[in-house]
Amino acid sequence: MLKACAAIFSRTETSLAVVIIIVASIFSLSSPYFFTLSNAADLIEAYSVTTILAAGVFVVLVSGGIDISFAAVASVTQYIAAMAAVKYGAPALPAIALACTLGALLGCVNALLTYYLNVVSIIVTIATSSIFYALLIYFTGGSEIYNLPDWWTDRIVFFRFEMANGDLARITLPMVIMVAVIVVTHFLMSRTHAGRQIYALGGNPEAARRVGIRILRLQLLVYGYLGFLAGLAGFVQAHRVHQVVPTAMFGTELSVLAVAILGGASLVGGLGSMSGVVLGVLLLAILQNGLNLLGVSPYFFDVVIGLAILISISVTSLTERRARSRRRIVGAAT
Amino acid sequence: MFHIDHADQTKLMTELAPPIAPLLKLENIGKHFGGTVALDGVDWSVNPGEVHCLVGENGSGKSTLIKIVAGVHRPDAGGRIVIDGTKFDHLSPFQAKQLGIQVIYQDLSLFPNLSVWENIAIDQELGAPLRTIRRKAMRATATEVLASLGAHLPLDIAVGQLSVAERQIVAICRGLASNAKLLFMDEPTSSLTHHEVMRLLKIVRRLKDMGLAIVFVSHRLEEVVALAERVTVLRDGRKVATLPASEVDDHRLVELMTGSRITYAVRAQSLTRRAPALEMTGGSRSGEFTDVSFALHSGEVLGIIGLMGSGRTELALALFGMTQLDHGVIVVDGKPLQLRSNQDAIQSGIAYVSEDRLLLGLNLRQSIADNTAITMLDQLSNSVGLVPPRRRSGLAAEWVTRLGIKAANTKAAVQTLSGGNQQRVVLAKWLATNPKILILDNPTAGVDILNKQGIYDIVRKLADNGVAIMLISDEIPEAYFNSDRILHMREGRIAGEFVPGVDSETALAEAIFA
Repeated sequence: MLKACAAIFSRTETSLAVVIIIVASIFSLSSPYFFTLSNAADLIEAYSVTTILAAGVFVVLVSGGIDISFAAVASVTQYIAAMAAVKYGAPALPAIALACTLGALLGCVNALLTYYLNVVSIIVTIATSSIFYALLIYFTGGSEIYNLPDWWTDRIVFFRFEMANGDLARITLPMVIMVAVIVVTHFLMSRTHAGRQIYALGGNPEAARRVGIRILRLQLLVYGYLGFLAGLAGFVQAHRVHQVVPTAMFGTELSVLAVAILGGASLVGGLGSMSGVVLGVLLLAILQNGLNLLGVSPYFFDVVIGLAILISISVTSLTERRARSRRRIVGAAT
Repeated sequence: MFHIDHADQTKLMTELAPPIAPLLKLENIGKHFGGTVALDGVDWSVNPGEVHCLVGENGSGKSTLIKIVAGVHRPDAGGRIVIDGTKFDHLSPFQAKQLGIQVIYQDLSLFPNLSVWENIAIDQELGAPLRTIRRKAMRATATEVLASLGAHLPLDIAVGQLSVAERQIVAICRGLASNAKLLFMDEPTSSLTHHEVMRLLKIVRRLKDMGLAIVFVSHRLEEVVALAERVTVLRDGRKVATLPASEVDDHRLVELMTGSRITYAVRAQSLTRRAPALEMTGGSRSGEFTDVSFALHSGEVLGIIGLMGSGRTELALALFGMTQLDHGVIVVDGKPLQLRSNQDAIQSGIAYVSEDRLLLGLNLRQSIADNTAITMLDQLSNSVGLVPPRRRSGLAAEWVTRLGIKAANTKAAVQTLSGGNQQRVVLAKWLATNPKILILDNPTAGVDILNKQGIYDIVRKLADNGVAIMLISDEIPEAYFNSDRILHMREGRIAGEFVPGVDSETALAEAIFA
């Protein structure tokens, strides 16, 4: 029983959840607006794009790679889908399919380069990111697309609650897509052969090769999946802001990576869970929103992100060290 | 289907089949890598249910042989692999696995981030990518295989948190879970303590009883020979001999492996009348060692022997300033010493060569020169604090000659060297600091017999030059034939002192395993 408790508390997810509860209680005491349905719904919607991207990045991190080209991929696919919709009148589903397929293909380019050049993926994706962005700006001249079709920009509300006090919350398309991505990614990573092979690959690539895991196929899946999600995220982002700006996603790379790491994914691969990533997003969202409501300068928020990551990394490494030394003593006794 | 009763069956077998049909038979197997010959015309067989020991120096072709059977390498044309009577020119890794051939590599190839059950049953996760895993079935497999070995491990713990010995059990279980008939174990004992080796051998005996054939590649002959039926010796890619294990002893094997003969002699000499170079009085560290007092004299080799958990490595770490004593005093050259860090220890002329040379002692990708210079950066740097490459390679070149390191030049990456030569680079790194006191923690782990002898010679030469040496060892003969005095540690205390030549080797062994 005690052991089971210790196991639960030593997990990153648990400590994150505890921190979230503490932070949320502090904010709800200091701002009456914080703990309202409408605030919660707004917050979730505002973070939907980050979460979708973080899910894909999480998969890449588990496999032992780092991909930072997803923002560029999202921008490129978003722009091309918008061109298709605006210039050629492509309807909703083909446009979305185009964005996602193109994203997946660009992801596969990353996978192929990483595999055949045998270079760490962060280097490959720094290069491809730069190329994708530059090509986008080169061909578009950096011009925005404002006249998106109605099907793209209309707010789609699936469900609405209204409390007696007039507190109103809507379940919107970005939220639904986000939840679907979370569920699918969780299922992929924890239940399927591919998901477990991704963990194995991240844990020990050489051993993965020896037991017969097909590395290239797996990497195509991993990077292709992130590309696919980047296409989806680009679509959702344009849906929320009603326009396509080539540089809109620029600079989101680090915060998305940060969220995944905060959620317990390791930069050396093999570790982390989708629920951890969701909690990571939640913590950052609550911190940002709470500080906002308290009137703290938005510039200060990046300091908070940095501190949150440092603290979470230290906690993880400390508990790990403690767990290891405990095991060693047990081992010596037997 | 027709029925043969038992008596008939035995009769048929004796009439038709040779005494035992081998499980694996290699005929005329050769392998070239570019211009070099790794294997040359090897004929070899392994019988079902046999424990077979494969020995040879580094580079003799053992690994190549294993990789050919495992389907990793393709043999040169003209050879044949016969498994259970079926003939193959070569195997693919998949075929080899299907035929029940499993290799446990030296690094074990486990997934440290995954649980014990997932590691054991990983084969069940290699199907179509989008199929779901069957957790229950996998756990059942793991439980069953662990039980068949009589091993107890928590199923849900991550393998990275297990000890090396426990990981080895997981690796064996993984082999069994994929229906191994022939299990290759590549130097399974090289990173284990004596006690753990004994446990492993017990498991191997059990595997044999289950009908598996096991091929052991090992440097620690005395332990394995007790278990093996036959021993095959490789030298320079050729099979030198296959012998019944009962006809083999260390000397014979060394002779076959190298073509030369090595004899051991007690070399102990009494040096206790000299002033001690290092003295510890009443040293204690809670949970590690208690009330340890001893003196180490210059020119003396002091053996420290004891089982895993006896506190020997912990003692070494305290002497090297990595940990601090709770009680007790360390005196070096007559002056009491407060060691706050290993920097202090190095300053006082203490050097420590760690047990795990690969993990802690060397940067494998860097050159010999870089590795050797790392402890000497202060002394090598010029007036502006930079280290000129020429000084660095000069230092390395000196040690390469003095220790007889076999390398093309000092710029060679350490990972390209053999185990014995890597160990020498570690020695060079610490000897470059001109230590007065040298602590060697299991210096010959994973080193073959011939290279071991080379390291012993270096140790003796250093001692003759006045260095005080503390030789921590797992192997009784190693301590016995190379020390002037031996301290036996048990449960964190010094349980006895032995003098080779005065006390017998058996007396020492009995004290340790009593």
